[in-house]
Amino acid sequence: MNIILKNIIRFVVLVLIQVAILNNIQVSGFVNPYMYILFILLLPFEIPNWLLLVLSFFLGFSIDIFSGTVGMHASACVFMGYIRPYILNYLSLRDGYEVGTYPGIAHFGFAWFFKYALTLIVAHHTFLFVIEAFSFANFSETLMRIIFSTFFTLTLIITSQFLMFKK
Amino acid sequence: MKNLLHFIVRFHFTILFIVFEIFCLLLLVNYNNYQKSQFLNSSNAISGGIYQKVSSVTDYLSLARTNEELNRENVRLRNLLKSSYSLSADSSFTFTDTLYKQQYIYRTAKIINNSVNKQLNYITLNKGKVHGIEREMAVVTDNGVVGVVKSVSENFSSVISLLNNRLRVSAKLKGNNYHGSLTWDGVDYRKALLKDIPFHVNIAKGDTIVTSGFSAIFPEGVQLGVVDEVLSSSGSNFQDVKVLLSNDFKSISYVKVVGDLMKEERLQLEEEAEE
Repeated sequence: MNIILKNIIRFVVLVLIQVAILNNIQVSGFVNPYMYILFILLLPFEIPNWLLLVLSFFLGFSIDIFSGTVGMHASACVFMGYIRPYILNYLSLRDGYEVGTYPGIAHFGFAWFFKYALTLIVAHHTFLFVIEAFSFANFSETLMRIIFSTFFTLTLIITSQFLMFKK
Repeated sequence: MKNLLHFIVRFHFTILFIVFEIFCLLLLVNYNNYQKSQFLNSSNAISGGIYQKVSSVTDYLSLARTNEELNRENVRLRNLLKSSYSLSADSSFTFTDTLYKQQYIYRTAKIINNSVNKQLNYITLNKGKVHGIEREMAVVTDNGVVGVVKSVSENFSSVISLLNNRLRVSAKLKGNNYHGSLTWDGVDYRKALLKDIPFHVNIAKGDTIVTSGFSAIFPEGVQLGVVDEVLSSSGSNFQDVKVLLSNDFKSISYVKVVGDLMKEERLQLEEEAEE
C-alpha cells in the first residue's frame, strides 16, 4: 500500500478514535489517554522536518477543532514533532535506520519502541497538561495527570501495535 | 543577506517550530477564555510590577511639586477648621419641638482671665451682650459648675467664680436629695463647704454633690463635686461637708454659658406668689 495513503488513513482513523471514544473517557479527571499521537510516532524516517511539523500541527489542530481547545493540542503536537528527530537520533541503532522502515514495533522491537514512545508521550503530555493548566500553581495535580495519562496512552499505543502489526 | 538566508536554511526546523508554537499559543490565548484570562492576569502582573518600579523612581522627581500641592491643601483645610472660626461666630441655636420645650440654651465661651488665689475670684469670658450673654446666667463645664455671670459688656462678661465667698450655690446630695448651700471657705481652691445638711443624714466620703435646681440660675443636676470629709460640729442640728470640687479651676479654659429661656416666667410667678 502506498505509504502516503496509509498515513492518511491512519491520520483519519486515529483522530476518529480519539474524538469519538477516548475523549469520552473521564476517570476522575486524571486519566485522559491521547492515543492519536501514535500518528506522529509512526511517520516514516525520511519525512522532511518541515513536513513533520506541518503534519503535527494539523493533527493537533484537528483534535482541537473537535474538543474545542483551539491551539492546545496543536502546540503540544508541534512540540512533539520538533523533538522527534532528536529522540530518533539519540536512540539510533548502530547501523542506522533502514530505508523504507518506520519507527514501529514491527521493525525495531518492543524495548526500542517502548523507550521511543515513552519519551515522546511524556514530552507531549507534559507540554499539553501544562498548557492546559496554563500555570504552575497546583503543579502536583498537573503532574498526576501527566503520569496517569502517560501510562494509559502508552498502554493503548503498545497494545494497538501488537494488535495491528503482528509479524 | 546571504548569511541570513544561510542561517534560516540551517535552522529552518527550529525556526519553523518556533513559528508554529507562537501561532498555536496565539490561537490558544485568543480562542480560549480560560487561557485568555490567565494570560491577561499574568501580563497584568508583569506590566503592573514594571509600572510600579518605574513610578517609584519617578515619584522622587516630582517630590517638590507634590510637597507644594500638599502644603497648599493643608492650608486650605486648615482654613476650613472650626478652630479658625470659633472666636467670632456664635454657635448656639434653638429648634422647635412640640413635645419638649427647650429650657436651657448653651453657648461656648473661652476664659480670658481667671484667678484662684484671692478671696473674691472673678473670671472674664470672651463673649458678651452681642453673643447673647446676660446677667445671672450659669457658667459650667462638662465637669461641673464654674460660676455665675455678674456683669456683661458688649463683647466680654465677668463671672463670679465658685471660688468667691459671695457666691452661694444651692446644692444637694445626689443620692437622697437633701439640700444645702455650697460656698467657698477661701482656703483651698480645690475644696468648698456644703452647709445646712441635717444632722441625721448619713453622708459617706465620695457621695456626689449636684446643683439642686432651686435657684433660677443653674439647671438641676450639674455636678459640683464629691464629699471629701464630714465636719460634724457638736451641738448643732446641721453638719458641714467638705466638698472636693470636680472642676480644677486652675486648668479650665473653655466653658459653657447656660441661659434659662423660662427664667422670666418663673421669677414672675415666684414674685406674684410672695406678694
